[in-house]
Amino acid sequence: MEKMIVAMQDPDMGMKLRNQRLLITVIPHAMTGHDIIIWLIHKYSVCEEEALHLGGMLVKYGYIYPLKEPRSLVLQPDESPYRFQTPYFWTSTRWPASELDYAIYLAKKNIRKQGELMEYEKERYSLLHKKINHTWDFVVMQAREQLRASKQRRKADRIVLECQEQAYWLINRPPGGPNSLQRGPGLVRGKLAINCCDLPSFLKYSEQYQNHDPIMQGCLPSNPWISDDTAHWTMNTEMVPVPTRLRVERWSFSFMELLNDAMGRQEFMLYLEKEFSAENLYFWQACEEIRHGESSKIVEKVEEVYKNFLAPGAARWVNIDSKTMDKTLEGIKQPHRFVLDDAQMHIYFLMKKDSYPRYLKSDLYKNMLAKAIVPQETKKSVFPFMRRQRHSSPSPAQAVAQATEEEGRHKGAG
Amino acid sequence: SCDFAAFTFGQKYMRSPLSPEMATQEVPLNETLAHLKTESETLKLKLEEERAKLHDVELHQVAEKVEGLGQFVMKTRRTLKGHGNKVLCMDWCKDKRRIVSSSQDGKVIVWDAFTTNKEHAVTMPCTWVMACAYAPSGCAVACGGLDNKCSVYPLSLDKNENLAAKKKSVAMHTNYLSACSFTNSDMQILTSSGDGTCALWDVESGQLLQSFHGHAADVLCLDLAPSETGNTFVSGGCDKKANVWDMRSGQCIQSFETHESDINSVRYYPSGDAFASGSDDATCRLYDLRADREVAIYSKESIIFGVSSVDFSLSGRLLFGGYNDYTINVWDVLKGTRVSILFGHENRVSTLRVSPDGTAFCTGSWDHTLRVWILMC
Repeated sequence: MEKMIVAMQDPDMGMKLRNQRLLITVIPHAMTGHDIIIWLIHKYSVCEEEALHLGGMLVKYGYIYPLKEPRSLVLQPDESPYRFQTPYFWTSTRWPASELDYAIYLAKKNIRKQGELMEYEKERYSLLHKKINHTWDFVVMQAREQLRASKQRRKADRIVLECQEQAYWLINRPPGGPNSLQRGPGLVRGKLAINCCDLPSFLKYSEQYQNHDPIMQGCLPSNPWISDDTAHWTMNTEMVPVPTRLRVERWSFSFMELLNDAMGRQEFMLYLEKEFSAENLYFWQACEEIRHGESSKIVEKVEEVYKNFLAPGAARWVNIDSKTMDKTLEGIKQPHRFVLDDAQMHIYFLMKKDSYPRYLKSDLYKNMLAKAIVPQETKKSVFPFMRRQRHSSPSPAQAVAQATEEEGRHKGAG
Repeated sequence: SCDFAAFTFGQKYMRSPLSPEMATQEVPLNETLAHLKTESETLKLKLEEERAKLHDVELHQVAEKVEGLGQFVMKTRRTLKGHGNKVLCMDWCKDKRRIVSSSQDGKVIVWDAFTTNKEHAVTMPCTWVMACAYAPSGCAVACGGLDNKCSVYPLSLDKNENLAAKKKSVAMHTNYLSACSFTNSDMQILTSSGDGTCALWDVESGQLLQSFHGHAADVLCLDLAPSETGNTFVSGGCDKKANVWDMRSGQCIQSFETHESDINSVRYYPSGDAFASGSDDATCRLYDLRADREVAIYSKESIIFGVSSVDFSLSGRLLFGGYNDYTINVWDVLKGTRVSILFGHENRVSTLRVSPDGTAFCTGSWDHTLRVWILMC
């Protein structure tokens, strides 16, 4: 499907896009249903019926969305306007549509439409409110923040973005019922009726990670437990000059994967520094250290964070919305382990929604992926389970002991 | 005394009655109890009926068209001998090759499983060390059991130093420690206990940071969620319930009760959207946190012994279960079918963990040994 969509958007041979009028606003880069069908007929030499069916599929899976009646995911062979969905929202995109994201989306809608959500949306909203009640303040704050940011855009852009987002959620959280369509991996065909549940996400996840699962696909150059060769571990230590390709690929699976890998985090920091927003990651890291650190150091660490990130004129001042900032500043008067949680989550989601997708499109990431190693598979020896010399490795405790020893020596000398 | 406790524990886990006085109450109270019990059973049946009406789909139905898995080649690649009695628990180090294991004889051993060398050994002041965990830094281990405590031992490299000298007593429960786990750092430990509670502790000071009440009987297992907001964990108990907790507030935010007996093991699916459980009712189950219900059950008529321990392969496609009939069953998580059965241990499999990079998995058994297994598709 995506190959088809890319062909449709080809600047020379693709569809001719023009401005479409939607009520009183002009939407750029749109096309009519009729145009889509004609293009498909010509490009693939099919009859009208088949083109209509094909185009209908593109709409059902969210690659093209209707501007006039967004809830009706069908292709009308007339002057009805349609637009291409931005790749960020493609259903094949690896990022799982999380409960939190959906809650924020519904909260935004609720605020904008002043409580006029659809019936099924109202139900889900109250369900989510109960389920993730403990982070509800954050949800509302994020929603307000995103609405505020969108108000600063041109009306046409804003409408387009709203349509894109709405289309995305109509696909990922369909109203339910016997005709709703869910997407699974390439091997799953047909329509499935699902009750407000995302079971296909398990299929998606397992498929995505299959190549990374040594039990399912083996590992390169070889599984140390089978070959007695520790090369696989050496190539994948925390910090290496050049990481493996699989590892760099994983950074694109989710923001959490990127942050959980020390090298990934380091690369991301480099990128943020170029964008002059590195303070966000520094702030997030400082908050993590408070959350998981010693109780005795909380007060001093919170002081540090205030000085470096939150105080007016701070060297690494972070841009948090005023409500969260006020709440946080009030809270740090009596510092505790979770006092920076709201601010931290805000910055986390900011990076996730904004910097992270752009990092994945950046040259920095693409170059890293290009030069990443794909180890050669070790040819199995004639005697497959012949015992090789099994070398011991330095204990992690040793590495730390040495580091503290050196530190002590330096302090002594100074 | 420790011996008496060990004897009663040996029968099964120590289960305190809800109220010792109840046995001596007059008949009317017992009748009320019986009546309430019947009512609760009726309500449960009603719930099941209503649920069935919703045509809740199961995972294997959604996965019908997914390609099945082929044959697996499996082999034991290491056998670790050194414990003098039943191995009860083990955990991997983040370096993917070291492990810590604990045993009924009170010994806690740190091994480089790759070379099979023993690197450290500690003798606990009590028997039945049911819980042990490796610190994320690799510089310490935590363990506990019938002493009702969880203690942290920094791993010293001085061969002459007695590890017990630097021992730090962190957690204190009023009954045996069943499981423990470090959180994202060496500074906090989460514990579960036969006293029916879980608790979060500050390692440095031994201070109780949060306690979690809600289970009606012994809590036997726990697992931390790999979520991006990182604040929840799941626990399983003798009350057949699996509870999901918010670590900040101490609240129980979700509860699942479909098992028919004690839940011995819980483990999150790698995405954090679900968790698996293993029970004395001889089944493993998968619970979806967003759908708030059970979505798969892994069982076979030929499997009649309880599951002691479960864990997922890296991609979440496979679920490994260690059973009381000495075997390991490997399940296709999506299709619900059993893909492999592994023999090798000569007594109950009591503990099972997949290595941090998914290259192998390790089991501990009442036959005094640990085994590292590889599985190839």
